[in-house]
Amino acid sequence: MSEQLNASLPARFERPSLVAALLFAGFIALFCWSVSAAGLSLPQLLSGLPNMAKIAGEMVPPATNRISPMLVAVLVTFQMALVGTVIGVLISLPLAVLMARNYTPHPLVRSMVRSVVSFIRTVPDLAWALFFVASVGLGPFAGTLTLIMDTVGFCARFFAEAIEEVDDGAPEALTAIGAPRASIVVCAALPMAMPSLINTSLFALEKSVRASVVLGLVGAGGIGAELATAMEMFRFDQAATIILLVFLLVLSVEKLSSHARVALLKKRR
Amino acid sequence: MNALAQPDISNTALRVRGLSKQFEGAPTPVWSNVSFDVPQGQRVAIVGGNGAGKSTLLRCCMRLVEPDSGSVEFAGQSVTGLGLRPLAKARSQVGFVFQKHNLVSRLSVLTNVLHGAMAYSRTPRLWFHSIATREHRDYAMHCLEQVHLGHLSGRCAGELSGGQSQRVAIARVLMQKPKMIFADEPVASLDPQAGEDVMQVFSELVRSQNLTLVFVTHHLDHALHYADRVLGLRDSKLHLDAVSQQLSVQQLRGMYE
Repeated sequence: MSEQLNASLPARFERPSLVAALLFAGFIALFCWSVSAAGLSLPQLLSGLPNMAKIAGEMVPPATNRISPMLVAVLVTFQMALVGTVIGVLISLPLAVLMARNYTPHPLVRSMVRSVVSFIRTVPDLAWALFFVASVGLGPFAGTLTLIMDTVGFCARFFAEAIEEVDDGAPEALTAIGAPRASIVVCAALPMAMPSLINTSLFALEKSVRASVVLGLVGAGGIGAELATAMEMFRFDQAATIILLVFLLVLSVEKLSSHARVALLKKRR
Repeated sequence: MNALAQPDISNTALRVRGLSKQFEGAPTPVWSNVSFDVPQGQRVAIVGGNGAGKSTLLRCCMRLVEPDSGSVEFAGQSVTGLGLRPLAKARSQVGFVFQKHNLVSRLSVLTNVLHGAMAYSRTPRLWFHSIATREHRDYAMHCLEQVHLGHLSGRCAGELSGGQSQRVAIARVLMQKPKMIFADEPVASLDPQAGEDVMQVFSELVRSQNLTLVFVTHHLDHALHYADRVLGLRDSKLHLDAVSQQLSVQQLRGMYE
């Protein structure tokens, strides 16, 4: 009996296949090569430590003399993120329906929309920001357009996946009634996918708030522009104030979105 | 088992001719060459073992699953070969009660019932009860009252018990004003008492409105008690077609051997 059990007991570790071993060795080689290309240097890090300490020292106490324009810039940053996310989510919903395997009007439409959304997603935020700054000029409008693109790239894909994963039951019931396709999407697919849609939208808002801070560095409006100016003028005390304000903004949005998530998921119509 | 029921051909609600279905990769057909007629107002039970294709038969009649061959007619109108729009119109004549209720769990009970009206109206005002017309809202409440659930109209459908959910699904079918009802194991997920209550409500509504009913069941006593006629599927074919009064539970058990 015990011999039989031992014979069927699986080994603790399986012997890797030759292909798996070669892939692992290849990954290690690539990583080592990348470490040298990334310029990791312990001596350089150690020599930079006094500078870090000096800058950190100059950050304390944070400056409060420009607090009013900074607060306005933080508010603008949040407003850009909010508007960009809401418009992005609204654009993402129909795109997601066209991208979802079970609701697309035609497979060709699905692959076309998927390609467009993949392109939007793969172009980095900063590239979009530079493009819009060059197109519509400096300021929050360029930033908001960037955040719309960022939200569409993120939300359309995850919305489509959420819609595809909805249980077939309720949509099948409306199909059996003879309901039009638009009604099946609005009354069954979207409500059933709603928890996931709400989660994704709130994550998109948090992501937009963080992204909007960076966008200011290239002139696309918001608190990022203040941060870039403070750093360029070696006003590390002002930079510290801005970093604290950004920290408070991101933290508040995360807290608010957590509460909104709980409250909205309880809602029904 | 060949005590065939004689249908009234002049008043046929459902006509099935030579219907066959084999799923891709399956070695044998689910069933082949199935033919039967259901006169208006008749109540028909479909019985058979697991995998006999009872649910598939109902779904093929609605073309929720496409049959391989054969034809289906609702009140003389062919369903096979219809395009999407006319198929939706043909489906709207038939109420379908599912085993798992298939309500939109995040919407209210009243909104779920209201969706039944999509069978005859394409207005977006049917999407949610808050934007529906007074007339539609009132009729949805009337349908809910018929299944004795008017007091739960504002409740979220996901908060209901299994028996309550199935009664809401029946109310949705009533809202549809169908000429015929298909029910796929409507009490399979319910406890015996809730199942009996649902069948009772169902039976009274069908009888009072002279609706045609075709239901799938594993409850042989339900087949004998609530149906005028029993169809049995076995060995990939229609093995039994008999008037329920001429059948016994023992005879029906033969369908499961």
